[in-house]
Amino acid sequence: MKYTILVYETPIELGARTDQRRQPAYWGAYRAYTQALKEAGIMVGGSGLQPPAVATTVRQRDGKRQVQDGPYAETKEQLGGYYEIEVADLDTALDWAARCPAAATGAVEVRPNLVM
Amino acid sequence: MTGPADDAHRAAELAARASYGRLVAYLARRSRDVAAAEDALGDAFVAALATWPRDGVPDKPEAWLLSAARRRLVDAGRHHTVQARALPTLYAVVDEAQGAASSERVFPDERLALLFVCAHPAIDEGMRTPLMLQTVLGLDAARIAAAFVVPAATMGQRLVRVKTKIRDAGIRFEAPEPHEVARRLESVLEAIYAAYGSGWDDVAGADTRLGGLAEEAIWLGRLVARLAPDEPEAHGLLALMLHCEARRAARRDQAGGYVPLREQDATSWSWPMIEEAEAILLDASRAGKPGRFQLEAAVQSAHAQHGITGRTDWEAIALLYDGLIRIAPTVGATVAHAAALAEAEGAERGLAALEALPPDATAGYQPFWALRAHLLRRVQRVDEAAVAYARAIELAEDPAVRAFLVEKSQALSRRADH
Repeated sequence: MKYTILVYETPIELGARTDQRRQPAYWGAYRAYTQALKEAGIMVGGSGLQPPAVATTVRQRDGKRQVQDGPYAETKEQLGGYYEIEVADLDTALDWAARCPAAATGAVEVRPNLVM
Repeated sequence: MTGPADDAHRAAELAARASYGRLVAYLARRSRDVAAAEDALGDAFVAALATWPRDGVPDKPEAWLLSAARRRLVDAGRHHTVQARALPTLYAVVDEAQGAASSERVFPDERLALLFVCAHPAIDEGMRTPLMLQTVLGLDAARIAAAFVVPAATMGQRLVRVKTKIRDAGIRFEAPEPHEVARRLESVLEAIYAAYGSGWDDVAGADTRLGGLAEEAIWLGRLVARLAPDEPEAHGLLALMLHCEARRAARRDQAGGYVPLREQDATSWSWPMIEEAEAILLDASRAGKPGRFQLEAAVQSAHAQHGITGRTDWEAIALLYDGLIRIAPTVGATVAHAAALAEAEGAERGLAALEALPPDATAGYQPFWALRAHLLRRVQRVDEAAVAYARAIELAEDPAVRAFLVEKSQALSRRADH
């Protein structure tokens, strides 16, 4: 089954991306995690996302486009990226999700992909 | 009172539930779809419950159920009542199961794996027990709803939602790894205890809503204890259920009236069952890891001693409940603790323990009012006792317990009149 691992990061983690002192550890951890997924042969796709400050939210209402600065939801943890993996079952997906660096600080959501 | 005909009926029902549970486990594991497995077997199970008690349990019960289920699947395919996507898988799995059921070997029993699926952390905690009761024991949603005090339709919807999640999220159907077994064991044990009927403690009287599943629950308890030999709590639960079960017959007099523990005829207890419980508990205690079920079993063990020595060690029971409250602080444990304190140190002490409970927690809790009434009567606070009896009677769900309390309450007013 294909699952998407949604990586929710705290402002502190997101801040580490550009903080010179914390940068190496942050990127190092994600590089290692991505590498592990690839080596296991389960990685289907995925990407890191630029921070929520860069997000733009759009709604189409009554034929009119409403464009808004910022992410869809104003929550403490924000979507920082996602991985798509293919594994046998939820339990395996959860094992991998638990290894994602954000699992220890933010939260990681696991969703089965819709079969179209 | 049960006669031979009732026993035969009961045995046939247990056989139907056991076979049904084994088949749901088998089909669900292979189709990874609990709802579809239940759906395929539902009508066959209803037919078995109707005919086996009358005609006897068939030679190969699983094969019987599967033949009936296959006919229903064919109909379902014709009428598009089962999701078309699920059908080919179900056909194949039913055929595979039929092969296993017709062979000379015993049909594989994967109910325990199914129990652990039901206790999966990805499943809403409050729904784990209802799910187990339905999938493994074949209870219908209405009966589960009654036990959990929610409307039947609500329980039905929640069960559907949970099964959809199991299927769509792709939860694994294999028995979990050893470290995971320990984690999920608590939910499994809770469910088995709920199935046994948790109302067997001495203050509360019999909770008969789930009582009919006692034998199945004990069976499941044995199975879990066998799978997790190093988990003392699994053995504690089994010991607890056996202790309670040993006294089942003594809980009612000839006329079906309620007999409180201290007035029971110990010669009508099942002593082989008590001895088995004692041996299991002793073995479990050697691990030095006490838990809720071991403590509750130890309380029952202390009560059983009364049948041997003629006296009950209430100090020890009060201590055990004290330990229980530390592990699992529930209103039930606190009320039972108060009952033991009243016996060990006097009614006033018991009343004080009851008064320490927040009124919100006790307003609708029947055992609280029954014990309060009993203790107030003992200290001659007759008017207050009458009020407490009225509340206890109002809240009593078991007619025999209600009749017992009405009798006590009337004796109280008779005495007050003189």
